[in-house]
Amino acid sequence: MKALRNFMEKKLEPNFKEGGKLHKFWPLYDGFATFLFVPGHVTHKGVHVRDSIDLKRTMSMVIIAMIPALIFGIYNTGYQHFLALGEQAGFGQAFCYGLLKVLPIIVVSYAVGLGIEFLFCIIKKHAISEGYLVSGMLIPLILPADIPLWMVALAAAFAVVIGKEIFGGTGMNILNVALVARAFLFFAYPTYMSGDVWVSMKGEHRKGYEITEAAKADVLVDGYTGSTLLGQTANAEFNGTFKNVAGEDITNSVFSDAFFGFIPGSIGETSTLAILIGAFILIVTGVGSWRIIISTFTGAYLMGLLFNLVAGDNLYMAVPAHYHLVLGGLAFGAVFMATDPVSAAQTNIGKVIYGLGIGVLAVLIRVINPAYPEGVMLAILFFNVMAPVIDYFVVQSNINKRVKRLKLATNGTK
Amino acid sequence: MPQNYLPVERIAMHMGKSIKINKGLDIRMVGEAEKVTVSPDGVDTIVIKPTDFHFLVPKCLVNPGDEVKAGTPLFYSKKHPEVKFCSPVSGEVVEVVRGEKRRLMSIKILADKETRYLDVQVPSLETASKEEIISTLCENGLWAYIKQRPFDVIANPRVAPKGIFISAFDSNPLAPDLDFALQGYGPEFQKGIDVLAKLAPVHITAHTEKTKSDVFLKAANAQIHTINGPHPSGNVGVQIHHIDPINKGEVAWTVNAQDVAIIGRLFTEKKYNAIRVVAITGSEVNRRRYAKVITGTPLKALLQDNINTTHPVRIISGNVLTGTKESMDGYLGFYDNQVTVIPEGYEPQFFGWILPGFGKFSMSKTFFSWLTPSKKYTLNTSLNGEERAFVVTGEYEKVFPMNIYPVYLLKAILANDIEKMEELGIYEVAPEDFALCEFVCTSKIETQAIVRQGLDTLMIETE
Repeated sequence: MKALRNFMEKKLEPNFKEGGKLHKFWPLYDGFATFLFVPGHVTHKGVHVRDSIDLKRTMSMVIIAMIPALIFGIYNTGYQHFLALGEQAGFGQAFCYGLLKVLPIIVVSYAVGLGIEFLFCIIKKHAISEGYLVSGMLIPLILPADIPLWMVALAAAFAVVIGKEIFGGTGMNILNVALVARAFLFFAYPTYMSGDVWVSMKGEHRKGYEITEAAKADVLVDGYTGSTLLGQTANAEFNGTFKNVAGEDITNSVFSDAFFGFIPGSIGETSTLAILIGAFILIVTGVGSWRIIISTFTGAYLMGLLFNLVAGDNLYMAVPAHYHLVLGGLAFGAVFMATDPVSAAQTNIGKVIYGLGIGVLAVLIRVINPAYPEGVMLAILFFNVMAPVIDYFVVQSNINKRVKRLKLATNGTK
Repeated sequence: MPQNYLPVERIAMHMGKSIKINKGLDIRMVGEAEKVTVSPDGVDTIVIKPTDFHFLVPKCLVNPGDEVKAGTPLFYSKKHPEVKFCSPVSGEVVEVVRGEKRRLMSIKILADKETRYLDVQVPSLETASKEEIISTLCENGLWAYIKQRPFDVIANPRVAPKGIFISAFDSNPLAPDLDFALQGYGPEFQKGIDVLAKLAPVHITAHTEKTKSDVFLKAANAQIHTINGPHPSGNVGVQIHHIDPINKGEVAWTVNAQDVAIIGRLFTEKKYNAIRVVAITGSEVNRRRYAKVITGTPLKALLQDNINTTHPVRIISGNVLTGTKESMDGYLGFYDNQVTVIPEGYEPQFFGWILPGFGKFSMSKTFFSWLTPSKKYTLNTSLNGEERAFVVTGEYEKVFPMNIYPVYLLKAILANDIEKMEELGIYEVAPEDFALCEFVCTSKIETQAIVRQGLDTLMIETE
């Protein structure tokens, strides 16, 4: 370690310092150096000691929290694939298939996103911030496994530039960076982001991005459906029953299937259990806001209940309220997206309102607008925009209390 | 009616509020002082630094070579010429240091072996008017011990406060035990309270567990409040916020408990006797004790041959949160009750941000050290990271027990939005109230400096 440290300090660093020939690339060097070694900077003024935490630590905690969802997502990608083919596959086989699908997406997401981030740091001469470490992992987890890699690259580039850097970088963005990437793909390439795309198939069986009839007849099981469970409920033919990829009726076990994650969907979103493990890590370490996580689930559940009450013979409205918590991206959004501190509400009361709002709106969009069975993304983006307004009113009420106190005090003395 | 019946008003006078705060953080450090008091020798010079008084424009009254007694004015405030600053010892002025634009930086006095005191004429407390007491305190160098909120500067003697607030304990890391520091000084402390009570209602806030001394709990002429909770429960600003918050246009005065005794001494001994008990603390001090010293004492007298010399250390006059960085040749700050010596930041740490962190203190639970909630740590001066934009939210709120939104206030200050600063409660806060925010900050933002800047802006604006 000492040798590496010496090499960096004595041999490398002078090149990047003021006057060195590579000085332009100082932010890049600094980024890597501080990644390897927590820097030895000391306090100068103000407090003389500091808490051990820094942004790298915080961001690593979020990544650790995502690992269960990632691992399960990799496995499930393979599992759904083999299920659709009607083949038996063990854990290892399914996992390897998934890994081959998912790993390139992660690599492309990080390479493109970090590359652009480095570029901005060099141009704007500021230190590399840790924000993209999390965004770079979130983006793959909210995409279908078969997404073409050039789209991942395009989305990551769009998210970093338009979602973050034009506002001034990490800490300054208005919308969640990863959701910007997903929203971009959702609206730019809708056929790749909705419908039958959620089960990973071999490329040759697709034309455009629709699975060809020939392929269905050729390799897939009878009654194959590649849509998510939410996609099925939004379908006009929905009769209150759920089917798995192989077209089998899973209505009786749909809640547990969805809870454990054996359903089609974005790579990281399917297993509510894996996501809850992540939520546990975030809440225990204090990195994620429990107020947002709990209030988002609560909002969704209450909205589901409300729909149940007024459902009548509308079968989608009658989907039990607790199903909404395990279907689609609600859990993933509540735990990993809504809690992004930069784009969420900042006051404690604001966080509760923000979470409730996301939960309610997500279920509202799901049920009322069948064109968007996945309302979570839109709900979070909408409340990202609304968060400053919510905070404004919370802070304003604090200000009003102070004004009232002043009035009371001046009346008392006069 | 029984003889010892206390009239209702009398009880109300003594029964203050009982406050409970949950937000805050006790930083658990190695290096508390043992409860033994020593009187250091080798105190041959004393330095008084006008820079200890924020925003003061001093006018010097002495020249090198002048003989002074303890109590002789050394300089005064240009804005309030009645406010004088006096020598705490007798001897010869040996150095008057000036900085940029001839600004007075410090005055050094070669101290006599036996201190000769200037005789002080003090009015009788029974008959004295407010004005007489104020002018006695100003004239004899004691006014500097009275600070005011808003702005956290020496009080303006011409504006009457709504109350005088005294904290009976210090909750800062490794802080001195004020019960112990004031042991034997009870009568002087009470006299100080009697003096202050002539000026405005006096409020003393004691900790429900830490404060045991009757010097505080049975103090007369004051309302005794109690508070329970972690640091910053001992910060007088937090106490005022919960007892009687400061509105725009209002003023509260604050005095450190030991300084109350110095004020009392002027009236009992009829001399300016600025003696106080200072805790010598920190992991790098070998013999951690309490020392009976005078304001402006050289740190050498406390630390010579008493600190660990195997690696670089930081010497702080005050505590690790609000103290001033000094060197071995430095001097004790005017208001400081404590000296702390801690290690300077060590070597960079390989992949430090991903290690489990059993030995790293943090408010967050991102290090496994949260599994050992009573362990004490040797903290060094490492920043433990790099400065970033505000990212994490809700962090400051966990250590900020006031009904104020700290981040919004800081942002209003950074935007120089005076109206917003006022609305968000800047009159109630002092930099020290943000020290814990600065400590826990993930983005390593210097919140105390920002608050100071905001207070300065407002002070200039309201003048």
